[in-house]
Amino acid sequence: MLKEILKMSVDNIVHNKTRSFLTILGIVIGVGSIIALMLMGDGATSSIQSQLSGLGGNKLTVSITGTPIKSGLSEQDLQGMATLNNVTAVSPSTSARSSVVYGDTAKKNVSIAGRSYSFFEADSSLLKAGRGLSRLDIENRSHVALLGSNLTMELFGNKSPVGANITLGGREFLVVGALASSGGFSFSSLDDSVVVPYNTAERALGGTRVNSIDVFFTEGSPVTEVKAALKVRLTTVFDGRNDVFSIFNQQDMLDMMETVTATMTMLLAGIAAISLLVGGIGIMNMMLVSVTERTNEIGLRKSLGAEPLHIMLQFLIEAVIICLLGGFLGIILGGLLAYAGSLLIGFEFAITAFPIILAFGFSVAVGLIFGIAPARKASNLNPIDALRYV
Amino acid sequence: MSALLSLANICKSYAMGEEEYEVLHDVNLTIERGELISIFGPSGSGKTTLMNIIGCLDVPTSGEYVLDGTLVADLEPRQLARIRNKKIGFVFQNFQLLPRLNTFSNVELPLIYSGLKAAERRQRVLGMLELVGLSHKAESFPNQLSGGQQQRVAIARSMVTEPSIILADEPTGALDQKTGQQIMDLFRQFNQAGRTIIMITHDPIVAAIAKRTVRILDGRLSEEGGAINAKRDTEDVCR
Repeated sequence: MLKEILKMSVDNIVHNKTRSFLTILGIVIGVGSIIALMLMGDGATSSIQSQLSGLGGNKLTVSITGTPIKSGLSEQDLQGMATLNNVTAVSPSTSARSSVVYGDTAKKNVSIAGRSYSFFEADSSLLKAGRGLSRLDIENRSHVALLGSNLTMELFGNKSPVGANITLGGREFLVVGALASSGGFSFSSLDDSVVVPYNTAERALGGTRVNSIDVFFTEGSPVTEVKAALKVRLTTVFDGRNDVFSIFNQQDMLDMMETVTATMTMLLAGIAAISLLVGGIGIMNMMLVSVTERTNEIGLRKSLGAEPLHIMLQFLIEAVIICLLGGFLGIILGGLLAYAGSLLIGFEFAITAFPIILAFGFSVAVGLIFGIAPARKASNLNPIDALRYV
Repeated sequence: MSALLSLANICKSYAMGEEEYEVLHDVNLTIERGELISIFGPSGSGKTTLMNIIGCLDVPTSGEYVLDGTLVADLEPRQLARIRNKKIGFVFQNFQLLPRLNTFSNVELPLIYSGLKAAERRQRVLGMLELVGLSHKAESFPNQLSGGQQQRVAIARSMVTEPSIILADEPTGALDQKTGQQIMDLFRQFNQAGRTIIMITHDPIVAAIAKRTVRILDGRLSEEGGAINAKRDTEDVCR
């Protein structure tokens, strides 16, 4: 009998084409936006993951807020840290902003990244042309610079910038290298920056003291021990205060980014869920109208022997079919949107099972929740009243 | 063999705001198998309420109704639906066919609720359509049929489950006299084949066709020619 009742439900959906379509559209939009946001969130997370893990695992990142007296690390501090057990290199960072002039082209307010030679030793894929910073550059506080890929394009077009002289904040710098593009989506991209020796940035360009360092250690050494030793050293450096710096390892960073993106995704999906709720209300509205419209039919079916359960199923199945159709189309729509988004913003796109299962579950739940009240109303109609209603 | 149905001291009243409105008052009626009986009365006399009670669409306020050996009181809506499906066939004044279904599907409807298999349904429906002479209209929709044809579809639908009783409420009310006559002939023919038919009508010509007529007036029942329930003052019968 279920088959026949199913057919009745489908017949009614098909008969009220426009109404069914609009109601389905409500669900499509709700499910579609949830799916799109969740897939994009997944894509962003995995992009961040692959980028971070590409940076290598044998690294600790220290970021320093500093005290009013000591805002960053001195050269001696850095040398001291380099002598710690298992530590192979220390790569400090400073930052400044300055104008960049080459020939007739000038750019204001360009980000200047102060780095050390160890920054280039750690990752050889950074360079596209020329050389990285050398030990000598740091010792001499040389006025040498490397250009980010976007900046190279803007100032030099397709020519190689290596060997050219540019002016940073009124001082002449020799361009010794060009950086490779870091790709579209990265939170630490240097594409629009100029890289100079960190002490040059600090002194000559009015940059910050060293407020961030990467500490590299030998592969396989115990992370927690290195971290603890680093912490002790930094606490000494900052006169016993251990609340003015923080040490991350790669995993911490990964976890933090994941938490952030997961929270964002959940938040956005929650907002999208509101549109699914609105879609559900649309279903309820349509079903209630349908029940009123078909009061007479319900009465007749009851007089012919339809049990309350049969009537209820007929209406409930109708609501669930509409939701399932909406859910199915919504998944397709959401997938397409997420794909378009991934092309536009430039992160990975992968269909994962979880959002799809969730969306299907959600749409069935919406159908049941918002379909049950109208279906109950129909099944509880008194057949005499229903028959009299013409 | 016991009577097909018996109504004893049936009362039915509705609450109309503050006031209680009594529609049926101490109705007693026994109908045997194979009868062709008409319940005859003007509109507002309570005959439709009586039909609803006989048809298990409604339950009496008080009194006892036994149908085919079953006491129809305190039955669940589900059980009432079963009884309507198996034992009662309704024929309505305005046919009450579902406009979206064709003749075949309309007649098939009660069999779906009986839970019969498709092949068995098909066989029964086609047999029934042949009996009412509409085999050639099986694929037609109600709006493609004349009033008389629609009523014949409705009759086929009422009989397809082979119920104990056919309950017809003003079956010719929406038809012209000639077509009405054909419908009445159909009923008579089925009655001769052994069916119990109860017709509710305000039309004396229709009532006259029945072998037995009971009159209903202001909720009180009387056999044709008898006095209107004057045996006793029955204030205490209805609670």
